[in-house]
Amino acid sequence: MAEPEGSLKLDNPSGSYRAETAVGPSAGKISIRNVSKTYDPDGANVKAVDNCSLEIGAGEFCVVVGPSGCGKTTLLNAIAGFHSISSGEIYLDDQLLCSKTRKAEPGADRIVVFQNGALFPWYTVLENVICGPVVQGKSSSKDAKAAAAELLGQFGLSEIIHNYPGEISSGMRRRVEIARAMISNPKVLLLDEPFRAMDALTKSVMHKYLLDVFDKTRKTVFFITHDLEEAIFLADKVVVSTTRPARIKKVIEVDLPRPRDFLVLSTERYRELKMEAIDAVHEEALKAFEAGERELA
Amino acid sequence: MGVQQNTAVSGKKSNLRKLRKTVLSKTTYRGILAVIIFFICWEASSRLHFPIVGEIPPPSSVLKAMQKIVGDAGFWKSWLVSFKRVFSGFIVAQIIGIPLGLLMGINRIFRELMFPGIEILRPIPPLAWVPTAVIFWPTAEMSMTFVTFLGAFFTVVLNIIGGARSIDVRYLRAAYSLGSRRRDIFFRIVLPATLPSIFVGMAVGMGITWEVVVAAEMIASRSGLGFLTWQSYVAGNYPVIVIGMISIGVAGFLSSSLIRLIGNFFTPWRKVI
Amino acid sequence: MQPTVGKSDKREVKNTSVSSIGLIIYRTKLWLSSSKPYLMIAGLLAFVAAWYLFTEYFKLPRFEKLPGPAIVLKEWVSHDPIYGTSIYTPEYYVHIWKSLFRVLQAFVLATVLGVPLGLFMGWKKTFKDYTFPILETLRPIPMLAWVPLAILMWPGRELAIIYLTFLASFFATTLNTLLGVESIDEVYFRAARCLGFKPHHVFFRVVIPGALPFIFTGLQISMGVAWFSLVAGEMLAGEYGLGYLIWNSFILVQYPVIVIAMITLGFIGWTSSAAIRFVGSLLMKWKVREVA
Repeated sequence: MAEPEGSLKLDNPSGSYRAETAVGPSAGKISIRNVSKTYDPDGANVKAVDNCSLEIGAGEFCVVVGPSGCGKTTLLNAIAGFHSISSGEIYLDDQLLCSKTRKAEPGADRIVVFQNGALFPWYTVLENVICGPVVQGKSSSKDAKAAAAELLGQFGLSEIIHNYPGEISSGMRRRVEIARAMISNPKVLLLDEPFRAMDALTKSVMHKYLLDVFDKTRKTVFFITHDLEEAIFLADKVVVSTTRPARIKKVIEVDLPRPRDFLVLSTERYRELKMEAIDAVHEEALKAFEAGERELA
Repeated sequence: MGVQQNTAVSGKKSNLRKLRKTVLSKTTYRGILAVIIFFICWEASSRLHFPIVGEIPPPSSVLKAMQKIVGDAGFWKSWLVSFKRVFSGFIVAQIIGIPLGLLMGINRIFRELMFPGIEILRPIPPLAWVPTAVIFWPTAEMSMTFVTFLGAFFTVVLNIIGGARSIDVRYLRAAYSLGSRRRDIFFRIVLPATLPSIFVGMAVGMGITWEVVVAAEMIASRSGLGFLTWQSYVAGNYPVIVIGMISIGVAGFLSSSLIRLIGNFFTPWRKVI
Repeated sequence: MQPTVGKSDKREVKNTSVSSIGLIIYRTKLWLSSSKPYLMIAGLLAFVAAWYLFTEYFKLPRFEKLPGPAIVLKEWVSHDPIYGTSIYTPEYYVHIWKSLFRVLQAFVLATVLGVPLGLFMGWKKTFKDYTFPILETLRPIPMLAWVPLAILMWPGRELAIIYLTFLASFFATTLNTLLGVESIDEVYFRAARCLGFKPHHVFFRVVIPGALPFIFTGLQISMGVAWFSLVAGEMLAGEYGLGYLIWNSFILVQYPVIVIAMITLGFIGWTSSAAIRFVGSLLMKWKVREVA
């Protein structure tokens, strides 16, 4: 494996990645090298990820598709810092993020948008969005409120900034969560099947919003889904993963022009990409079905 | 299929592993350590004459008294008497409470009618009923059963109402669309669905029943574990107070565990507490 | 651009508190228009009627010894009660106040000690491993089995009674707080870490608000249990208070007073629980609005 240019030596501990002190272009380039993860719940060795290697460029929208329960979330959790990995390394901007001996710590440079939403129910929308910068000490409550109000205005959510998450629709909640993530200016935005629990109509509106945000900010995005069409529509790069243990079966570069809208779905190029992916995905889906994978609710 | 066979075998193995893990885990060690330290502090505070806490009879004297009392037939008779009281009041509470609760759970009009009466009587501590019960019932035993009954009754009824009202309406709709009659609906859907909350009500009610019985025995009786505890105080036999307390605690724990076991047996589809 | 965010903030906040009360008014109106309150009144009247008929009118065996609602009411509101206790006598309020004060002391102490303990136990597993076994060993012992020991331990009956009441409340509060913390979905902790929360931020911004619903349920239970223990303690060893009043009236064959005291107890118990619920709804606005 060729080392990326300008990278620090692998065995140099001081080159390890630290969220607070990383300097240089906040590019958000991710390198996943030969990563494996084995769980040990009650002694039964479960290999979740098997020797995955993936390069995600700075500002790239990468979507991982695969049947449910196959281990794609494990990769996301490793990048986010919730889990450790059993072997291999992950680099962020050419600095070691995590390895077999070193677990990453969650930080505001890699913010996660969770599947069922994680807006704090006891804070209003506005309070939810400002809590990141305020807690990090980056700005005062007053400044944060002004900035948050403006950001939410851009998202079209000015009406509800003083409502509680329990009072607004799921589509609005997800948008607020994305706003909460973006206001901390992360390097990487990690999304774990964020639109899974939504109906198709809301989902397509959410796709538009996400693409809007992406076009404006060009953050690196690591997105997980089981929906192939969603994947191709959103991504610069689609990664098809196998059923458990997760291996990278196929990487498809999506060269559809940006900004994208729904008309893209009926273009010839889109259909070609879909054909390229569909056999691979379907084969894995069938395998997962027969192995009786439990649907993650 | 091969995959499924493997999971079945590893299922048994993993259960054993799970058990071993819990028993030998850090949590268990810390717990045992904590209890040991607790006993040491208890003994020390008595020997060193700490204020307030030092007045409690130390474990050493309690152990000595325990050796003596285990051979005393009267001690075990107290157990029997208390258990009898607890279970008689408890069973009456179930006999009256379960049907009432079910009725209130499914019939809205009945519920609205009964609710104010129950809500007014409920906050009155069962013990406050003791004098009234003694006036009303001819024998002391019956009055105690009555007070015990009150303690468990309200818990049972409220739990059942909660359980019956929270039955997912889709189960009922599924049953109707499959052609069930009203009687079937009750016995095959409402009853099983409410069973877990019935047992929760029973387990909680059991705890309250013991509280009430012990208190009633202290106030108005000449037998039972509560009386034993109180009497030891009056007679100056202090270590037996602690023995009495431990006995009551153990007895209560055993009763609740019994309820839980029975509950788990009748509701194999979910665990009770 | 929203240059006047500050001002509209205040306006919005005012609207929030107004709407809480507005919500209560709305809900009350809704309740009144349903058949619920009328059935409740019917049930209440039926209950009182049955009581009266059984005791004073038909004079059924055994029931006749009990005081009926007419007698009790007459005694309760008379200016010169036969047994010396009515709403016009100062002794009545002395008893009420004594009981109330004891419960308040015990309850506040139990809350001040129990809530932080429960929060900490739920937050740090190590701490829980050390403290939980001791709690679980002491908990099965009925509160009233502690009575003789409490009298031994504490100088003076007053402290013993408050201690008993405290114990009962303490266990309920601690346990429910612990459950509350453990009920917080893991995902909120993860989100907090992503957003850069330090441990003390997590404690004050996630653990405490997340556990609040359970804490308040626990406080209501704790209040109920406190009254339960208090009455028993007073009956056994007190000199004033509603429990003592009940027991004493029984001994002195002043039966109507028993009923007066019982009803008073029920009412105060219900009021104190309602007060806790109210405070809870103030602190947990998000739950209130969610339900609406």
